[in-house]
Amino acid sequence: MILKDVFLVFISMIILVICVLIGVAFLTLLERKVLGYIQVRKGPNKVGFLGILQPFSDALKLFTKEQTFPYMSNFNIYYFSPVVNLFISLFLWMVMPFVSVYLNFNLSLLFFLSVSSLSVYTIMLAGWSSNSSYSLLGSLRSIAQTVSYEVSLALILMSFIFLVLSLDLFDFMGFQTYVWFVFLAFPLCVMWLVSGLAETNRTPFDFAEGESELVSGFNVEYSSGTFAMIFLAEYASILFMSMVSVVLFLGGDINSFFFYVKVVGISFFWIWVRGTLPRFRYDKLMYLAWKSFLPCSLNYLMLFFCFKMLIFVILL
Amino acid sequence: MTNILRQVVPKLKNLNYVAIRCKKWYPDAEYMSQFDGPVMYPDEVTSKFKMPPWNAKKPPIERKVTNMIINFGPCHPAAHGCLRMISELDGEIVRYLDPHIGLLHRGTEKLIEYKTYAQALPYFDRLDYVSPMSNEHAFCLAAEKLLNIDVPRRAKFIRVLFHEIMRLMNHLAATSFLILDVGGITPLFWLFEEREKMYEFCERVCGARMHAGYFRIGGVSQDIPIGLLDDIHELVSKLGERLDEVEDLVTGNRIFIERTKDIGCVDAQEALNRGFSGCMIRASGIKWDLRKTQPYEIYDELDFDVPVGSNGDIYDRFRIRIEEARQSIRIIEQVMNNMPPGEIKVDDHKIAPPTRREMKSSMEAVIHHFKLFSQGFQVPPGATYSAVEHPK
Repeated sequence: MILKDVFLVFISMIILVICVLIGVAFLTLLERKVLGYIQVRKGPNKVGFLGILQPFSDALKLFTKEQTFPYMSNFNIYYFSPVVNLFISLFLWMVMPFVSVYLNFNLSLLFFLSVSSLSVYTIMLAGWSSNSSYSLLGSLRSIAQTVSYEVSLALILMSFIFLVLSLDLFDFMGFQTYVWFVFLAFPLCVMWLVSGLAETNRTPFDFAEGESELVSGFNVEYSSGTFAMIFLAEYASILFMSMVSVVLFLGGDINSFFFYVKVVGISFFWIWVRGTLPRFRYDKLMYLAWKSFLPCSLNYLMLFFCFKMLIFVILL
Repeated sequence: MTNILRQVVPKLKNLNYVAIRCKKWYPDAEYMSQFDGPVMYPDEVTSKFKMPPWNAKKPPIERKVTNMIINFGPCHPAAHGCLRMISELDGEIVRYLDPHIGLLHRGTEKLIEYKTYAQALPYFDRLDYVSPMSNEHAFCLAAEKLLNIDVPRRAKFIRVLFHEIMRLMNHLAATSFLILDVGGITPLFWLFEEREKMYEFCERVCGARMHAGYFRIGGVSQDIPIGLLDDIHELVSKLGERLDEVEDLVTGNRIFIERTKDIGCVDAQEALNRGFSGCMIRASGIKWDLRKTQPYEIYDELDFDVPVGSNGDIYDRFRIRIEEARQSIRIIEQVMNNMPPGEIKVDDHKIAPPTRREMKSSMEAVIHHFKLFSQGFQVPPGATYSAVEHPK
């Protein structure tokens, strides 16, 4: 019987991963089209009807190109860090709050915090093992930025956890039946979205791939297959952060179709911000993380904690 | 006494016999250095012994640490193909910079030495490829000064019109590149669409989108086609709105202001010392615009303002460029409203070639045509200087 359970869990995971990958593929298309329309041009529209088949042709091209590797790079690390990056980004999706018995996860938020911190390592190793000053600089900046914003991300998450008193992402759904958390704690949600932008290395915090500064940053030496993996990992994490945002504060009810519309809406926000804003300077970004976001999220944490204590005292 | 010392005391090396006046001899460094080695009296074998460590503590290994040297080479999106800087970085701060310039130098002056004046004209287009016709304007003015000819009025108006169109092109490109380098990727697309429309005007007027050899010594090469002015009017009337859109996105944006304010500050004294001109010097606060101080062509008849900055930083230069673009729109409207009819080339066929119809009927025209296109015209020897307010 246990074998049957394990087998079914395995099948569910595979289906989840496949669906996520397809979602990510279409997210890349969405990005290109949305950026195109922001920039007064159409995105790709030749490949399929309205460009629907574009991501598949992209994937085909990338995976059939020649895989280069720099001459003096550390080949094992160079080759495996994008693989591990993609693995971690897909591994994070186990946190998605499903109703079924086979994919229920008690400590999903703890898991989310731990695993998302691991992706920092992959970027660092990717940048270092390319043996190029530019990629090293890009990866260092990206690590420092990710690590700084993870702190405020975790604190904001903990503020929400104080409201819900459970580390399971699934329980957030029950608490938001009457009012969404976005109305309860709007500034916190804005900070969460901005920290999410910083976590996923997107404009206005995209030093890791700042095109006009570092020409692709840490993935400058990657081509074809490995680049595709890094790319997929990044978009998977964008989609994942959108999903978590919706569950956390936009009333994430998995069973409704509207949930997926909201996920796409927040991904659209990610892309929209990329098309609109310039990039932060590096020290300004660090200033923002440590001197603006951190005090704010700490104070919110204290607020919610004391609020919870107050409720307990009144109830008791 | 010392003899007795020598006999009694065993033969220690490095024993400095101090002067007899001193009471007591204490071991000095030279004496102690004989105990440094592992063996007291080394012989063949034992002289190769190494000293064992005093204790288990290891001293830290000394390493030579230098700053990272990064080549911000010409193949970098922010270098725009012109600059190579070898920078020594200390984290994010640049400690030392070694710029290599001159990557855009193609020996224009040497190449022109072997060409006639008319053949030399297209070289000037290629000097600044973002606003091609402005460079030709300077060359034509200089040659006309030497030749002592005066260009017909309509030609002057057309030249000013296209110079201002080039100014618009340049400023649109410059601002969109600035915003792109800072990280905003959209204004580039918006403004380059406008530039595409201006390329279309260049093509309509002389056949080439970018490197138009339109200005000639003695005027312009062809008359403007019918309908061009209407189209320019349409573009120019909407351009203000485009600039407003870009400004909405960027001017009040805190991120952009943080990136550009107080960065690259050049004060007025420094600007004068280093020979700045154009937008850069106006940003530093000096009121100097050649169109107002040394008006050439018909600029003294036109009514426009010149924006001057105060802080000399990148933000000021950006604002000045946008404002200058708006003033260019004003100039273009005035020029188009007052465009006189008339000729577009100097009458003197020893300088400007005759029309083909004339050439096919008149003998002198044929001779002029032949001499001009084979040998070129002769300019009296001398040196001259003429300046234009180039958009750069």
